[in-house]
Amino acid sequence: MSELLEAQDLSCYFRLAGAWGKGPVLKAVDGVSFALNPGETLGLVGESGCGKSTLGRLALALLPPTRGRIIFAGEDLARVSHKHLKELRRQIQIIFQDPYSSLNPRMTAGQILEEPFVIHNLGRRPERRAWVEELLTEVGLTADVADRYPHEFIGGQRQRLGIARALALKPRLIVADEPVSALDVSIQAQILNLLAELQQRHGLTYLFISHDLGVISQISNRVAVMYVGRLMEMASREVLAAGRLHPYTEALLAAVPRPTPERTYNPPILKGEPPSPVNVPPGCPFHPRCPEAQFPLCRESVPALRETAPDHRVACHFR
Amino acid sequence: MAIKPDAAPLLEVRDLTVNFDVARGKVRAVAGVSFDLAPGETLGLVGESGCGKTVTALSILRLLQTPPAEVTGVIRFQGEDLTTCPEARMRQIRGDRIAMVFQEPMTALNPVLTIGEQVAEALRLHRGMSHPEAWREAAAALTRVGFPDASHRLGQYPHQLSGGLRQRALMAMALACDPDLLIADEPTTALDVTIQAQILALLARLKAELGLAVLFITHNLGIVAQTADRVAVMYAGLMVEVASTEELFRHPNHPYTVGLLNSVPRLDFSHPPGEILSAIAGHLPAEPPSGCLFRDRCPLAHGRCREEPPWVEVGPGHQVRCWNYV
Ligand SMILES: Nc1ncnc2c1ncn2[C@@H]1O[C@H](COP(=O)(O)OP(=O)(O)OP(=O)(O)O)[C@@H](O)[C@H]1O
Ligand SMILES: Nc1ncnc2c1ncn2[C@@H]1O[C@H](COP(=O)(O)OP(=O)(O)OP(=O)(O)O)[C@@H](O)[C@H]1O
Ligand code: SF4
Ligand code: SF4
Ligand SMILES: [Mg+2]
Ligand SMILES: [Mg+2]
Repeated sequence: MSELLEAQDLSCYFRLAGAWGKGPVLKAVDGVSFALNPGETLGLVGESGCGKSTLGRLALALLPPTRGRIIFAGEDLARVSHKHLKELRRQIQIIFQDPYSSLNPRMTAGQILEEPFVIHNLGRRPERRAWVEELLTEVGLTADVADRYPHEFIGGQRQRLGIARALALKPRLIVADEPVSALDVSIQAQILNLLAELQQRHGLTYLFISHDLGVISQISNRVAVMYVGRLMEMASREVLAAGRLHPYTEALLAAVPRPTPERTYNPPILKGEPPSPVNVPPGCPFHPRCPEAQFPLCRESVPALRETAPDHRVACHFR
Repeated sequence: MAIKPDAAPLLEVRDLTVNFDVARGKVRAVAGVSFDLAPGETLGLVGESGCGKTVTALSILRLLQTPPAEVTGVIRFQGEDLTTCPEARMRQIRGDRIAMVFQEPMTALNPVLTIGEQVAEALRLHRGMSHPEAWREAAAALTRVGFPDASHRLGQYPHQLSGGLRQRALMAMALACDPDLLIADEPTTALDVTIQAQILALLARLKAELGLAVLFITHNLGIVAQTADRVAVMYAGLMVEVASTEELFRHPNHPYTVGLLNSVPRLDFSHPPGEILSAIAGHLPAEPPSGCLFRDRCPLAHGRCREEPPWVEVGPGHQVRCWNYV
C-alpha cells in the first residue's frame, strides 16, 4: 500500500520576539515522521501546546516546515509548482474546532458551499446549486438551511456546515483539528458518526486531532502521541489495546476518569506540567515527569522513535 | 468520609426556579430543581450546555442579579433559609461557610494583584489575620493545595501562571475559610488530563481532610462516575434523574440519562474504529415542548408524555422524572 501522506523528519520552529531583537526559538514540532495510509484515520493526541495544530497546518501546506518534507500522493509539497500546489491543496481540506471562525458571517450557507466551486471555476449556476443541495443532505442538513447565515446555526449544525464545505471539492485527505471538542456529548456522538459514515462512503483519509482520548479511541485506526513537539509513540489499535506502551501514553490513559460503575480511578499523579517548547528538557523530554525515568540515561540521551513491534513505534529507552 | 444517609442535610434545595427577563420575554433557566446534600457528601450535577447547572449554583450563593433574574424556591443551608436572610448575612456565609471555584480561574482572580496579595487578602477576610500574618501564611496556604515553589511565586501575577496553577491558587483562596461546602463549577474543564488528575487528587485529599461537602458541576460523566457519591442529571432546566453514583451508572432509568451515557465514546481500543455510537437524535430545542421536555428527542415517547411527567421514586434514593416509571 502506498502512503497518501508522508511526513519526513518534519520540524517547525518559531523565533519569538525578544526585548532586544531576536528572542528564543520555540520548537513547536521537532523531527516528526509518520505516514498516512489511504482510507485510514490517524488520531493525533497530546496535551495543550504540544504541537498538534502546527503539525496539521504543516500537512495542509499552510505553514512552511523549518526542516523536513511533506510528501502528498508521492509529491513533495515544497517542490511542486505554485499552480500544482493549488491543485493538490484541493485534495486536502480542514475541519476546525470552531467552524464559526472560518465561515464568512456575511454569506449564507448556500453561498459558503458554492464558493469553492466558483473559485475553482467548476460548473454553472444550476449545477452548482444542485451540488450545494447534495452537500447539505450528505451532512444531514435540509436544503432549506441554504438561505441561513452561520450565526443562525446552532453548534452541531454549524459543524455540519463546516464538514460540508470541507467535502465540496471531493478531497482525499481531511485534517480534522478538534472537530468535536466544543460540542456537547450528544451532539459530539452525532458528528463522530457522521465523520465515520463519510469516511466509509468516500474512502476518506483522516488526520484526526484531539486532546480527548475517548474520542481518539472511537475513530482512529492508529494513534500518534505527541509531547512538546515530538512523537512519543505510534501504535495501532491492537497494540493500544494489549501492548506495553510508552510511559507517557500509559499516564495519559490512566488519567482519564471512565464513566463506568466500577471505581477504578487511581492514576499515578505526574509531577508538574508539560515543559515549555522554548525550553525543552535535554534527553527524553518526558524525563522530569516520567515515573520510570532512570538517571543519568534519560536525562542525557534522546530516545529515538524505534519500531519495537509491527505497527508499534516508541521513543523510550526502556521499551 | 462515610456518609450517613439519615444525617440532617447540609443543603436543601426545593423547587428552585429561575427566570430571566430578556428582550424577547422570559427565559426559564431552571425549572423546579430540588435536591439535598449531606455533610461531607459529593453530589455531581451533570447535563449538557445551557441546562442550568451554573444558574443553579449561582442561585444557591445568591449571586444572580435580580432583575433580570427572578429566583423562587427554598434554599436552606444548615437549616437557615438563604433566600430570605439579609445580604450582610449572605456575605458572611459566602465567605465563611460556602466557597466556590469556577472553570476559568482567570475571571475569578484579579489580574492586577499578585497571587500572594490575593491569597493573603482571603486569609485576612476569613480568618481575621493581620497583614503580616496573612502574608506569612499565604505561602503555606498555597503549598497545602500543591502549589510548587509557593514562597518564590507569591509575587507572580495570574497571567504568569498556567491554568492548573491558577486553579490551585483559586482553591487556596476558596479554602482559606475552611468552608463546609464547596461548589465547584467545571473546575477542571479547561485543563489537560494529567493536570485534571492532579486537581481531582487534590480535591479528594481536601474532602477527606476537611470533611468538605462538594457540589461538583460538570458535563464530564467520567469525573462524576469516579468521584461523586450521588449524581443529579439535568435537562433543559429540570432535574430528570437522581441516584447514587453506582446505581446511576449501572441502572440509568431516564431515557435522557441512557442516551447521554451511550453518547460518550468509551476509551477502549478493543472494538473496530468508527463504530456508530447510539447518539441522541436532534438537539435541545430553543422552545422546549410542553409536557415532558425531552419528548421530541425521546425514543420511548408516547401519548401520555404530552403531560408533565411526575418525579417518581424507583428505588431507595433513586428518582426519575418519566411516565415510564409511574
Ligand atoms: N505562529 C506562531 N508563533 C509562535 N508560536 C506559535 C505559533 N503557532 C503555534 N505556536 C506555539 O507552538 C506550540 C504548539 O502549538 P499548537 O497550536 O500546535 O499546539 P496544540 O497541540 O494544537 O495545542 P492545543 O491543544 O492547545 O490546540 C505552542 O507553544 C504555541 O504557543
Ligand atoms: N444572565 C442571563 N440572562 C439570560 N439568560 C441567561 C442568563 N444566564 C443564563 N441564562 C440562560 O440560562 C440557561 C442556563 O444557563 P447555565 O449557564 O446555567 O447553563 P449551564 O448548564 O451551566 O451550561 P454550561 O455547561 O454551558 O456551563 C441558558 O439557556 C442560558 O442561556
Ligand atoms: S526514556 Fe526514560 S524518561 Fe523517557 S519515557 Fe522512557 S523511561 Fe521515561
Ligand atoms: S416522559 Fe415520555 S418523553 Fe419523557 S422521557 Fe419519559 S418516555 Fe420519554
Ligand atoms: Mg490545537
Ligand atoms: Mg455552566
